[in-house]
Amino acid sequence: MKLLTLNFLTCARKTCKSTAAAFPLHPKEAELEQVEMDMNPLFITNMLPRLEWEAMKTLTTELGLPNLPAEPPSAEELADESGEPTQTLKDLHTLLMETSIASGKLVCGNCEHEYAVKEGIANFLLPSHMV
Amino acid sequence: MLPTPSTSHVNYNRVYEPAEDSYLLLDTLSASSETTFLHARFPPITSSPLVLEVGTGSGVVLAFLAANAQRIFGRSDVATIGTDVNDFACKATRDTVNLAITESDDDHASLFCGTINGDLASALKPQIIDVLVFNPPYVPTESLPNGTNHHDFADRDDFASDEAFERDSHLLALSYAGGIDGIETTNRLLEQLPEALSERGVAYILLCAQNRPEAVKERIRSWPAGWSAVTVGSSGKQAGWERLSILRIWRP
Ligand SMILES: C[S@@+](CC[C@H](N)C(=O)[O-])C[C@H]1O[C@@H](n2cnc3c(N)ncnc32)[C@H](O)[C@@H]1O
Ligand SMILES: [Zn+2]
Repeated sequence: MKLLTLNFLTCARKTCKSTAAAFPLHPKEAELEQVEMDMNPLFITNMLPRLEWEAMKTLTTELGLPNLPAEPPSAEELADESGEPTQTLKDLHTLLMETSIASGKLVCGNCEHEYAVKEGIANFLLPSHMV
Repeated sequence: MLPTPSTSHVNYNRVYEPAEDSYLLLDTLSASSETTFLHARFPPITSSPLVLEVGTGSGVVLAFLAANAQRIFGRSDVATIGTDVNDFACKATRDTVNLAITESDDDHASLFCGTINGDLASALKPQIIDVLVFNPPYVPTESLPNGTNHHDFADRDDFASDEAFERDSHLLALSYAGGIDGIETTNRLLEQLPEALSERGVAYILLCAQNRPEAVKERIRSWPAGWSAVTVGSSGKQAGWERLSILRIWRP
């Protein structure tokens, strides 16, 4: 699953959902995979406002990936004067669209439950006593 | 007419085979009345919409939305994601969506995030889903199949053949059996809807006649904060009754 997906996921337990510690989930023993994709600059530009920047920074640090800038880039930093995509935009594309977690675990920072990821698919099913 | 995504690689012994209900969703979501509504709801200047299909099965519906985002939503900067309790369905969906996107016009497809093996929308952060689509298990049955004994129906290769057969029947039961009035799973999703959807969020949910669509609509309209529910697609007229219908649920 693409790293961008982690921007949308949280612990599936009812008691965790509303806590700040349940987001983002923390990757553990993650095997990463790079899959090349055509760049859609519009997508990055319009996804930017809904990226949880602090969470994305935490993720890149935890995964040992190049650090993101301290502050989210402004729209002007994504395209140069001639409208061409900047390096900042290309880096975001590589990070969010082309990098995925092939296997490993996602850990909730609140309850410490571990969700397994296999063949790129995360398993969020909970045993009945944990729902 | 937009092409129907290919699902010929899917094993229908344990994943729901696209049927009248699936095709009704494709027709409804690509009808000009719905595309007009969606284009107006998500104008290109706004942030990228997040589209979630719950219970993707073969992936035919999600692949259709993902590959034809430009036509359906009026923009291709859309993120798509799917969930299903059935692990095989998650894998089938991943392949169906990727194939449909490869075969579509590059600048018409959305960004496919992947599929999650989970219950309804429970893995997603609250209040972020802009479009939610659900073709639920809707057939009335005495009781719901147990959906929590996951280990017994996971994709494991240590099953004996009779166990595997039982597992596959259980997975198919999960795809159609809806409990009392066929609406138990749908009701659970409806309860979570106000928390799951974003401010501009809209849900499309398929019902059959035994689910009593009129009563469901009345109930949604009585939720606090002004919700609307209208029938936007239907099929299989029998003695004046629509066998299947699709509700659009949103806050105008
Ligand atoms: C009627 S099938 C629809 C499949 C596909 N969307 C289509 O239209 O052809 C219902 C699907 O919902 C899934 N499902 C059932 N209960 C679920 C739940 N609680 N959470 C997520 N998916 C569920 C089933 O595994 C099945 O794939
Ligand atoms: Zn948790």
